[in-house]
Amino acid sequence: MARLHFSLVSPERELFSGEVDQVDAPGTEGDFGVLAGHAPFMTTLKPGFVFVYDQSVKRAFEIQGGFADVTPAGLTILAEHAEETPERVATH
Amino acid sequence: MASLKEMRSRISSVKATQKITKALQMVAAAKLRRAQDAAENARPYARRMASVIANLAGSVSGPGAPKLLVGTGSQQKHLVVVATADRGLAGGFNGGIVRAARDHIQALLNQGKDVRVLTVGRKARDQLRRLYGDRFVDTMEAGKTPSLATAQAVADKVLALFDEGQVDVATLFFSRFKSVVTQTPTAKQLIPAEIDTSAPPIDLQGAGYDYEPDEEEILADLLPRNITVQILSALFENNAGFYAAQMSAMDNATRNAGDRISALTLQYNRSRQAQITKELIEIISGAEAL
Repeated sequence: MARLHFSLVSPERELFSGEVDQVDAPGTEGDFGVLAGHAPFMTTLKPGFVFVYDQSVKRAFEIQGGFADVTPAGLTILAEHAEETPERVATH
Repeated sequence: MASLKEMRSRISSVKATQKITKALQMVAAAKLRRAQDAAENARPYARRMASVIANLAGSVSGPGAPKLLVGTGSQQKHLVVVATADRGLAGGFNGGIVRAARDHIQALLNQGKDVRVLTVGRKARDQLRRLYGDRFVDTMEAGKTPSLATAQAVADKVLALFDEGQVDVATLFFSRFKSVVTQTPTAKQLIPAEIDTSAPPIDLQGAGYDYEPDEEEILADLLPRNITVQILSALFENNAGFYAAQMSAMDNATRNAGDRISALTLQYNRSRQAQITKELIEIISGAEAL
């Protein structure tokens, strides 16, 4: 399966950068999921959780609003405040 | 010629100074590493933000475009934001930023513009107060470590002035951290937003960009935030540059103190020997006279 380049950056630091399978993010007009090859898309984000699916692992980041930008190069999330929530969940 | 006792006390005073500069140098070196990491960690966000805005800016134009992006159409009222450190003992670090800002202000005044000054950092306030004290809109402190809260406070002030129509153009002065030995005083235009046109436009491979909500609303949210981010990254760069400048200034001072100590010690030993020789000559010639 094609992989999606994802980076999550907050003003203080880059929290995540790398290839993943899928990312779910809380858009202001509804949650959405991004897979590789998504159409170019930009939205503002509301406070909530960003889920990153990589292989069989799901990681969660709590964010306080920001922006998501999907380009052919991948997905970039610019978050106001972002923090990884400690538990990693196995999806299957 | 100073007496031996005076020279001894001068030597010990220079030694005490050397201990202080040495300690300051080591403290700065330790803090520099953390500040440098922070500055580098903050860069991706600012860079992405710039590319997102550059990307969006292409799609909005005309009369409906946000004023923060295209300006008010006037160039008359300028706001100069000068960011320095709160403390000194860092060689020419603060002076360099202030000088760049002063040249800019003077050039604007010569063109008959209205200029207001907002200082961030005690040194900017102290060094600009005499010349432009009557133009200050506010003075703020940079704080111990750069924080989003400080940047937000500065950005809010700038935006408030802009919304009141008191500002057409806002420029930020700070020092860009190039390396431990070079920090360059830099001017960055905050309003209208500076758009990085150097990056090639993103190749959308034929697909259209989707916006949620629409472009204008995203920009209205993004542009004020961009100002905060630009200020925050300037504060990070300043902080790293400050410790780098302080480290090399204190390194120089320590070395100078070392040179002074050896010169003074040499002089002290010479006059001590001269005195002993003189006393010997007196004793011998006294003995010979008998």
